[in-house]
Amino acid sequence: MPTLRFTKDHEWIRQDGDTAVIGITDYAQQQLGDIVYVELPAVGTRVEAGKEAAVVESAKAASEVYAPVSGEVVAVNDAIAGDPAKVNADPMGEGWFLTVKLADPNALDGLMDETAYAAFVAEQG
Amino acid sequence: MTPADDEPLRRTPLHALHLALGARMVPFAGYEMPVQYKSGIIAEHLHTRSQAGLFDVSHMGQIALRGAGAAEALETLVPGDIVALAAGRMRYTLLLNQAGGIIDDLMATRRDDDLALVVNAARKEADLAHLRERIGSAVTIEPSFERALLALQGPLAATVLARFVPGIDRIPFMSAAESAIRGVLCGITRSGYTGEDGYEISLAPEHAVSVAETLLAEPEVAPIGLGARDTLRLEAGLCLYGHDIDETTTPIEAGLAWTIGKRRRAEAGFPGSDRILRELIDPPARRRVGIRPNDRAPAREGSAILDDANNPIGAVTSGGFGPSLNAPIAMGYVAREHAALGTPVSLVVRDVPRPALVSAMPFVQTHYYRGS
Repeated sequence: MPTLRFTKDHEWIRQDGDTAVIGITDYAQQQLGDIVYVELPAVGTRVEAGKEAAVVESAKAASEVYAPVSGEVVAVNDAIAGDPAKVNADPMGEGWFLTVKLADPNALDGLMDETAYAAFVAEQG
Repeated sequence: MTPADDEPLRRTPLHALHLALGARMVPFAGYEMPVQYKSGIIAEHLHTRSQAGLFDVSHMGQIALRGAGAAEALETLVPGDIVALAAGRMRYTLLLNQAGGIIDDLMATRRDDDLALVVNAARKEADLAHLRERIGSAVTIEPSFERALLALQGPLAATVLARFVPGIDRIPFMSAAESAIRGVLCGITRSGYTGEDGYEISLAPEHAVSVAETLLAEPEVAPIGLGARDTLRLEAGLCLYGHDIDETTTPIEAGLAWTIGKRRRAEAGFPGSDRILRELIDPPARRRVGIRPNDRAPAREGSAILDDANNPIGAVTSGGFGPSLNAPIAMGYVAREHAALGTPVSLVVRDVPRPALVSAMPFVQTHYYRGS
């Protein structure tokens, strides 16, 4: 059973074994508005928890996507680079950003689960 | 002067309507303004290019100049030919400082008994102070900053507005008429900031909601926020004050030489005319150009522009994504020798130089109504 967790920067991470898929939440895509460009790291790059892993640009501005955990990028979603609107349409499915091989398999422990994230978003107003 | 950060944001007469329409409100030039409605910037942009969009631009400053010598007085501050403007005609012009820098860009409309100016929201207090100081003794200066201003823009704007104002579809681009919309007297000009045909409608604040609702009830019309207003004007190659032009840029550097009237060139005598007329003959060191990135990464304001050997040659002043082109676009200033169309340059985005080409503006074809 994969583990789904969320960050205060509105990324989601779904762990399955020693890898995890990362994307941005529905709340994040709504706040950004129309996404027109996505810049993904190269496969093989190391990302570090809390540091920039990707860039997403809306019609208005550029924003960073932070890595929720440290690890090595083992896959990226080239489909969203070609069609960034997929991130708006299906942020937790077809709109995923990257997959990492976890440096620490327990790294998700400190992150919010779905209930805690829903409460966090509700506080954002 | 832009209000300080701790001042409460001002609201336009349409504030409650924006909220009712699901707008996302943001601070802009001291006002709380709709950046987008529910459908989003791209859909709003494309709607304006294909049908008609209604914009609240009541934050802009409306100022009337009255008195026999109003046109002559204004000409001491701008390079446009204002004296030759016939009643019912309008002109885009520039308030200039003594160095030839641009204090603001504005529309000036000659009405029967005054000159009506529309100036930028962030500049209206500064413009008013400048006008009062420089020509206040010669003309009566009447700000109407509480007045509402709506823009109806798009290829179907004329069809829509003519349902309420018969014949308004036949006035040409850059002309004006006083007409009632459902009994509300409005100052209507055929002008805008999108590159499309359309109108700007000035009216008393207490009637703004009813006129806006009347227009929004037409099937072709959707409300459009400031986000799409910016992408529309950028595709149309139009300058945004404080970004593409400011007190340090001259009209020639900015590619706005066309705003300098023929008679004004011959007579000189406008602020900075020595420098500006010299620059017409001996081009300045930098020039505003359009730029199209080769790949899909938008380059935002402040991105460095490099030549093909990666030497810095300028900076982006406006940049983003052009929904009608489905591609990023930018404008900025580059050294004169790199300003020719087709010159390869690079735009630095997140520390990486990305290839681009100096390109013609407007980026999209404009559709102004010049008369049939």
